Amino acid sequence: ALPKRVKVVEVGPRDGLQNEKSVVPTAVKISLINMLSETGLQVIEATSFVSPKWVPQMADHTEVMQGINKFPGVSYPVLTPNLKGFQAAVAAGAKEVSIFGAASELFTKKNINCSIEESLERFDEVMMAARAASIPVRGYVSCVLGCPYEGKISAAKVAEVSKKMYSMGCYEISLGDTIGVGTPGSMKDMLTAVMKEVPVGALAVHCHDTYGQALANILVALQMGVSVVDASVAGLGGCPYAQGASGNVATEDLVYMLHGLGIHTGVDLQKLMDTGTFICNALNRQTNSKVSQASCRL
Amino acid sequence: MGTVPSALKHCLSYQHLLKEQLWIGEPAAPPPAAPHPGQESQACGLPEYIKIVEVGPRDGLQNEKVIVPTDIKIELINRLSKTGLPAIEVTSFVSSRWVPQMADHKEVMRGIERHPGVQYPVLTPNLQGFHSAIAAGATEVSVFGAASESFSKMNINCSIEESIEKFEEVAKSAKNMNIPVRGYVSCALGCPYEGNIIPAKVAEVSKRLYSMGCYEISLGDTIGVGTPGSMKRMLEAVMKEIPLSALAVHCHDTYGQALANILTAIQMGVAVVDSSVAGLGGCPYAKGATGNVATEDVIYMLNGLGINTGVNLHTVMEAGNFICTALNKKTNSKVAQASFSTGTIN
Repeated sequence: ALPKRVKVVEVGPRDGLQNEKSVVPTAVKISLINMLSETGLQVIEATSFVSPKWVPQMADHTEVMQGINKFPGVSYPVLTPNLKGFQAAVAAGAKEVSIFGAASELFTKKNINCSIEESLERFDEVMMAARAASIPVRGYVSCVLGCPYEGKISAAKVAEVSKKMYSMGCYEISLGDTIGVGTPGSMKDMLTAVMKEVPVGALAVHCHDTYGQALANILVALQMGVSVVDASVAGLGGCPYAQGASGNVATEDLVYMLHGLGIHTGVDLQKLMDTGTFICNALNRQTNSKVSQASCRL
Repeated sequence: MGTVPSALKHCLSYQHLLKEQLWIGEPAAPPPAAPHPGQESQACGLPEYIKIVEVGPRDGLQNEKVIVPTDIKIELINRLSKTGLPAIEVTSFVSSRWVPQMADHKEVMRGIERHPGVQYPVLTPNLQGFHSAIAAGATEVSVFGAASESFSKMNINCSIEESIEKFEEVAKSAKNMNIPVRGYVSCALGCPYEGNIIPAKVAEVSKRLYSMGCYEISLGDTIGVGTPGSMKRMLEAVMKEIPLSALAVHCHDTYGQALANILTAIQMGVAVVDSSVAGLGGCPYAKGATGNVATEDVIYMLNGLGINTGVNLHTVMEAGNFICTALNKKTNSKVAQASFSTGTIN
């Protein structure tokens, strides 16, 4: 049986914008997040406290964090790759943070220049500080269904990394199909392994639509009891590993499917589409959301 | 998610992953035989084999803005014939007044290579079209019904009942000549004029088509509004009247729901899926929106599920690349988009 309610975690302002070609002015980011806050979304990933040397698109993290309207009942998690970022985030008013692990050694090496084990040790510091400050931490595991460097990723490895991050104190583990190569088959196998180590109530899926498989993969995850799904308004955020290809699944398309299944999300699809239109105009690009495209009668 | 290293497009492991695990394959590779995780697909209750009905040359090209020259159509079909696809919908024997894109139906029918083991059905809306099709060499035909009165009226200017009568004439002649007939039911999950369509109506029309002798009923989500929820309810109703083995789904991806809907259908045991190479064929009811689901994306999903289709994804992508170049348009297939940009296919 499918979950009756699904929590949609909106990653557009961070994961989406970080992977767009154009850099968006701070005011536009703030407007985007404010508009998203009005749609009924409960969680909106606002920004990333990484060094602007590595991620210039998120250089204005402090201004964004301080500039947005914080709606009651809405969470605004931010990425914090290390203790320094965590401290800056808290100083800027963050009440929830996220850390990013990966199920691939090679991906971790290429991405943050250390091994998986070493990355988890770095996160330990963040976890300790977060615990002391009563700040919830969400853990991401990248490359759960395939890696751009290693290729195939074993489900057991994903389960191992997820278990470690959960044991460290992450309240939720978001399993990311980073390059979108997964299919309902591999999604099922991976979740079966992970669910042996982490309770399904603490699991989320973060599917990329690079091969058009996202909604089918999400459906399988729902069928297995997962009730938290990440998505990006207008499908913002291309795939850095396949130029011109799409990345994040569009929140509009996800919500359309969930509502069609009679699953409660609390999200107003029309307001969400309007927000997508806003940010696409600002970015001067077409939406990646099919629901938005179909509903546009121009 | 993290920082973005550059030279990733040429990552060998990535291409390796796609080519090996996901059966994109080398150009000369035979289509996948027994699927690697074969037992798993059985264990999940999914069909072991799914027949893909390729509708690009007809449904696809009919709904493209550009009219394609006859020789390009023939070349496309010939390329598709080499991919392992078991059925390719070739053209439509309707009056060229209504469907100018299919005006060259005779030339196409006569011009294509006929590969053994591949079916080449054509649309025949009435007896006249049927006779014309047979004269041109057709060995299988299709008739198009709808679950919506308004759609039937707007599309073919008659009621569902009147259309069924016309199809019965075709079915009778076809039966006499041992020509198989496939029946389509449009608007199975929603109608651009009536909105919601009740599953019982879809079941009723499907039953009429099946009873008159159609060997297969393809249930079409004409405007792509369906979701796994409505797909399930509709199939439950239809499955009461028609054996599962005679059912096919024809999903449109206008709202991005096609693969999820197809997955739902195959989880319920449906083993025939219609699709269109490169996702050819926009939606005539939502300007600029997409229509048919892309064959490449369907095959990618089925391969990943360990389901055998007999189709070589690589050669389908090449056929898709050919027709998109000819039409001067971008592919609607995400698999093709991603594969061309990673250099997996060139």
